[in-house]
Amino acid sequence: MLVKLKILRFDPDNDKAPHFQNYEADVEPTDRVLDALNAVRWYQDGSLAYRSSCAHGICGSDAMRINRTNRLACKTLIRQVAPNITLEPIRGFPVKRDLIVDLTGFFEQYRNVMPYLVNEDPMPTVERFQSPEDRAKYDDTTKCILCASCTTSCPIFWANTDYIGPAAIVSAHRFIFDSRDQAGGERLDILNSREGAWRCRTIFNCTDACPRDIKVTKAIQDVKRAIMSQKL
Amino acid sequence: MVYRGSEGMWAWVAHRCAGVAVLLFVFVHVADTALIGWGPKYYNLFVKLYSGPAFRLFEIFLAAALLFHALNGVRIMIIDFWEGGTDIQKPLFYGVMALFLVVFIPGAYIMLSPIVRSMLGG
Repeated sequence: MLVKLKILRFDPDNDKAPHFQNYEADVEPTDRVLDALNAVRWYQDGSLAYRSSCAHGICGSDAMRINRTNRLACKTLIRQVAPNITLEPIRGFPVKRDLIVDLTGFFEQYRNVMPYLVNEDPMPTVERFQSPEDRAKYDDTTKCILCASCTTSCPIFWANTDYIGPAAIVSAHRFIFDSRDQAGGERLDILNSREGAWRCRTIFNCTDACPRDIKVTKAIQDVKRAIMSQKL
Repeated sequence: MVYRGSEGMWAWVAHRCAGVAVLLFVFVHVADTALIGWGPKYYNLFVKLYSGPAFRLFEIFLAAALLFHALNGVRIMIIDFWEGGTDIQKPLFYGVMALFLVVFIPGAYIMLSPIVRSMLGG
């Protein structure tokens, strides 16, 4: 089927402002938006820039606004969005070119919440045991692929890019509620700061945007309640 | 429109707009109440403005803003304090809208009918 693609393009060397450019691509309804982008880039306009690595919804590199909603181009089928497809870069981070944004700030936010296991006990000779019930507490937030769909769907983040953002809170949640971790209190202090979890206004765009179906807002609310009760 | 959000986003947008509208009215209200300091003459003159038909429309708008802000505020509190709240935020939003209409439509009718009657010379 023939689809019309309207892509927001920006070349920092030649353009003063981003502008839309129209393309047409012949793709199957069961193809993905990424296939339509490839059809344009490979056969019509090699200057079109977008990120894509694994192309199977695991690496999280092709998050973009598809028809005004954050989606992964490799997980969105043409039939879900055809025949008119508008593609724009995710909002809030500086656009480097076309659909590529500079995610430096995103990964800084991620690193701020200590997204790694902290355990000062002597290294055990066997694995650190955990009950299935304790494992279930943070099961949902282990699924994050750091695609930035959630953070860049958040109106609070658009207005204030210092807000640590849903993705970093999800990454913190994964370790805060891990019974083997010992730095939960420290992470809660970080998220209790001015630009932390309290900036969330439960808008739920992040939950709708997550390509891994993580209940992002629920995780943020878990963190808020943990800060209030100081109980993990 | 830069982003196509769903119920949660629209609830937030409406909540913000209603909040700002109510806040602006509070400023006006503080100002008109302060007029009593200059005596009944100015105060009565200002309060008389409130009874006009244009202001009645404004009051209906104010009632809508207050009502939505209050009902959605309860929705937000449920989401904040009850663990299961995030899972039912969409049904909660539709509940808010249903309650809003149930209270607002008769309320607006009661507020508007005397004005309409007086304008029709009844």
